[in-house]
Amino acid sequence: MGDRCAVIGIGQTKHTDKRLDVNQTGMIRESCNRALKDANMTWKDLDAVVIGHAPDTIEGCMTPELYQAEALGMVGKPLFRVHTAGSVGGSTVIVGSKLITGGIHEKILVVGWQKMSESQSTWALSPVIPFQPALMAGAGGFFAPHIREYIRRSGAPEHIGIKVAVKDRKHALRNPFAHIHQESVCEEEIRNSPMLWDPIRFGETCPSSDGSCAMVLVSEKHADRGSAKPAWIHGTEMRSEPTIMPGRDEVNPRSGSDCAKSLYKQAGITNPRKQFDMAEVYVPFSWFEPMWLENLGFCDEGEGWKLTDEGATSMDEGGDIPWNCSGGVLSSNPIGGTGTVRFAEAALQVRGQAGDRQVDGAKLALGHAYGGGSQFFAMWIVGSEKP
Amino acid sequence: MSETKPVKYVNTPICVDFDYTPGKATSNFLRSIKKGQLIGSVCPDTGKVYCPPRSYSVETASPMTEIVELADTGMVYTFCIVNIKFYDQAQEVPYVSAYILLDGADLPIMHLIQECEVEDIRPGMRVKAVWRDESEWTESMENIKYFKPTGEPDAPVGEIMENIRSKSHA
Repeated sequence: MGDRCAVIGIGQTKHTDKRLDVNQTGMIRESCNRALKDANMTWKDLDAVVIGHAPDTIEGCMTPELYQAEALGMVGKPLFRVHTAGSVGGSTVIVGSKLITGGIHEKILVVGWQKMSESQSTWALSPVIPFQPALMAGAGGFFAPHIREYIRRSGAPEHIGIKVAVKDRKHALRNPFAHIHQESVCEEEIRNSPMLWDPIRFGETCPSSDGSCAMVLVSEKHADRGSAKPAWIHGTEMRSEPTIMPGRDEVNPRSGSDCAKSLYKQAGITNPRKQFDMAEVYVPFSWFEPMWLENLGFCDEGEGWKLTDEGATSMDEGGDIPWNCSGGVLSSNPIGGTGTVRFAEAALQVRGQAGDRQVDGAKLALGHAYGGGSQFFAMWIVGSEKP
Repeated sequence: MSETKPVKYVNTPICVDFDYTPGKATSNFLRSIKKGQLIGSVCPDTGKVYCPPRSYSVETASPMTEIVELADTGMVYTFCIVNIKFYDQAQEVPYVSAYILLDGADLPIMHLIQECEVEDIRPGMRVKAVWRDESEWTESMENIKYFKPTGEPDAPVGEIMENIRSKSHA
């Protein structure tokens, strides 16, 4: 890494099922204005904007960034889009941070967003592959076989998936920006919800949200400009692998574990469960919590579900390594912005700005996003102290 | 004018027609499936068999020139029981979409499992292709209607998949 990079502004919209009061650009601007205000900056202060969102079919609007330059204050300045499927919200932030650490710019706005009410995401993620039977049934249909294989391999009991869903939805009650606020949530309610993609129940599935999340990233000399202390970037990493490859482990993908190893090396992490104060990890279907606990090295392979079971990842159970204090992807999911929210929530925690979902004295946090067929990974580590 | 309500959104359905260029390896596969024969290509570095075949190995980028014929039998690796209904869905729910590892192949294909109770389907279950009538055969995997159980003893799915992974290129 070259120059240090800090997060000095964070803004997100209240994630919800339909934002009929604003168009796509209006919704994006709302999050950006909040981030700029937090950073004590205006549009004029920015050197460039990096924007990310997931497949265009999710809104039915092709390359919307083409007409967003004006609304994002970027006429005469650089604006560009990143696209790495569901991990894009994370990789957009990383691309922005590299423009700082590489010494190209000093003040960058990064924004990830999706207005999913404007199309139908299960349809959008069920393409008919030429000369093949049409079997695709959205993201749940794609990931359900991987989850079934995890359960077979680990011998995890059925209630683990239910427990994660309840835990994250309870966390969401602490977060005013979360889409799902379900006071009544309990194991019975999740267990009785429809089995959409067996073994995934409706209650174990992320929502489709309209939402946007933005951050202001700056070089060290601007780090004290924001309204709160900065979050310092201690490491960033991305990795990819093919969707289809003989011997690929879809349950514990090598690109994910390699990405984590390289990231941890940058920040001197040898024991993630002990060294991180919390983690915001991309868990769109509840079973991905134990799967990613293993993939990210928080425990040995086959042991992830035991951490979940003993409450290690739960704020409400006083767990030692809270995961997804914001309510996670299971409670808010504007796909292209979902990774940005993970990264931003990690930064909010180390800045002490996380309100009722604040982990006391959080100093070091992990933000994580994945996308495609568990094949694109983006991760960062942020801390309250300079790296 | 009587009451006018503000327009908040309009529905504008989109549609994209496209031509598909399958490339050399997939063209071979599709010509072969038209004759009722499944084929795979062999990676010269790992010995792994790809079905459908590819022109180049995903792991090592070596050209794959050796073609092998494959059986229409195999085992279920893992699967999803799809109960969700959505716009423009091709299959009637519920249906079982499975990763099927054909005998002799190292890469599972996706297909339907039928002719059994959904709750009886399990990893390792042995299955066989049920073909459409020969007069309907075309260049498509839909020549196979679905796979059905053979009734043979289950295959050791964990061991078989681990064995494929252990063949990975260093």
